[in-house]
Amino acid sequence: MRLERVGLLVLGVLLALGPLLPPFLLTLLTQTLIYAILAMSLDLVLGYTGLSSLGHAAYLGLGAYSVGILSTMYGRGFWTTLAVGVVLAALVAAVFGLVALRATGVYFLMITLALGMVVWGLANRWVSLTKGDNGISSIPRPDLGLPWSFAGSAAFYYLALVGFVLAFAALRVIVRSPFGQTLVGIRESESRMRTLGYNVWLHKYIAFIVAGAVGGFAGVLWAYYNGFVTPSDLDLAVSIETLLMVALGGRSTLVGATLGAAVIVLLKNLVSVYTQRWLLILGLVYIFTIRFAPEGIVGALRDWRRWSRLRWRQSAA
Amino acid sequence: MATIRGMSGTTLALRLTGVSKSFGGLMAVGGVSLDVAPGERRAIIGPNGAGKTTLFSLISGEALPSGGRIELFGRDITTLPPHRRAALGLARTYQITNLFPRLTVLDNCVLAAQALLPIKFHAHRALSRYPAVLDRARQVLDAVGLGAKAGATVRDLSHGEQRQLEIALALAGSPRLLLLDEPTAGLSPAESALMTALLRTLDPGITLLIIEHDMDVAFQLTDRITVLHYGQVVADGLREDVTRNPLVQEIYLGAT
Repeated sequence: MRLERVGLLVLGVLLALGPLLPPFLLTLLTQTLIYAILAMSLDLVLGYTGLSSLGHAAYLGLGAYSVGILSTMYGRGFWTTLAVGVVLAALVAAVFGLVALRATGVYFLMITLALGMVVWGLANRWVSLTKGDNGISSIPRPDLGLPWSFAGSAAFYYLALVGFVLAFAALRVIVRSPFGQTLVGIRESESRMRTLGYNVWLHKYIAFIVAGAVGGFAGVLWAYYNGFVTPSDLDLAVSIETLLMVALGGRSTLVGATLGAAVIVLLKNLVSVYTQRWLLILGLVYIFTIRFAPEGIVGALRDWRRWSRLRWRQSAA
Repeated sequence: MATIRGMSGTTLALRLTGVSKSFGGLMAVGGVSLDVAPGERRAIIGPNGAGKTTLFSLISGEALPSGGRIELFGRDITTLPPHRRAALGLARTYQITNLFPRLTVLDNCVLAAQALLPIKFHAHRALSRYPAVLDRARQVLDAVGLGAKAGATVRDLSHGEQRQLEIALALAGSPRLLLLDEPTAGLSPAESALMTALLRTLDPGITLLIIEHDMDVAFQLTDRITVLHYGQVVADGLREDVTRNPLVQEIYLGAT
């Protein structure tokens, strides 16, 4: 409950501060919001259901390429690209899920990785549609048919914020619902869930598709934000970064995925000023997380709060 | 589909016909046939490795038999997946405690209580908005004596309390046939007596199959006994007959 209020406070401050921030920080915040949507969608399968997917960038890519292709080659507007991006990501997740969910553990991880590479390969090689390695550029700023324009970076920031709030609210309702609880049960004991009467596979499959759809939604915003889309938007490094956002922030909290997204986006932008070896830093962050905060930032905060309360009580006694 | 009837004319709760299961070259269960009438309380005993737990897994659907046929309340369930069998009124507990360790006791029971209801697919509002499921979960917790522990995390419970929760999870879905795999495993004599007392309060309408090593417990809870040895039924009947059976005495006490 306390955490929620803190979250709402942070949200309010973000809303107010947006346009006042220097452009560089506004950029970081906008990127954070979009990546947070992707990370939260991964959290649904990784944190809540206990399925380590290493191909989640594929859904970002599907959403982003839907925008790139439809807006530049067919002149479609925001709402069409949004609908196609989300539905396409969900459909591809539905197909991938059939393949990947036959496996568990590290095999699931390897299969999702391979399927992610398939989408990346398509983006690279299907040149007539995706323009291959060059990517698709000059994607127009989105026109929502509303009286104001999203061309400015402050206005786009608000669009990303609304998208983030919608995704957060939707995922939060899901994870707190009876269905969301079944996902946690599957994470804790699949065999018990089966004998209790749950069709475990079906629950995982639904979660996988929902995560894909929300990932596609992040991709739609990402393409409009950048104004271009290239295969590097969905390569393996992005999947790894997303996984790390969830692990670093704290699994199965949604808030954690958002915090993780903020840290990784900030770090990536800072590091890239000084060195090309971003993946090396990412590896160090991963080791640091596993070693010192296996439950992520949120878990560490929780422990710290419990510990300080204990200290306070002891000193009072 | 024709229902299978026992000699008394009522539909059998469970019928196994020549059920076998082999793992590679090892025959864990070799052609077991068993009729269990509704409301019957039966113990399944036998030395370690006799195939008792494997037999339970075959009945619950966690393992598929290599041969034979399994019928539950007159329905062929031989190849049905576990969740479909649960929907037909089957529940089981585990010898090695199998709970949701990082959830609270109440959340464990809620998962069990909603398992057979369509609301398990509801994703549009919070679980706390379903008072019927929460009430059912609390009711079962009270029944097994864990009402006061509803808010505790399962991994913080004592072993005895975890065994009680095992029973609660199995009861939450109001099963018609309950498989209990060594409910007193690892319990102290005092805890074991409490567990036995708890199991004696179960609705007499529930058909009960119990794997039990403790003969006192088995005798208190059941009236019929099936003895399994190397995956085969070596004795089956009222407990007096079974305990007087020379083969059973040989298995349990060694050849004289």
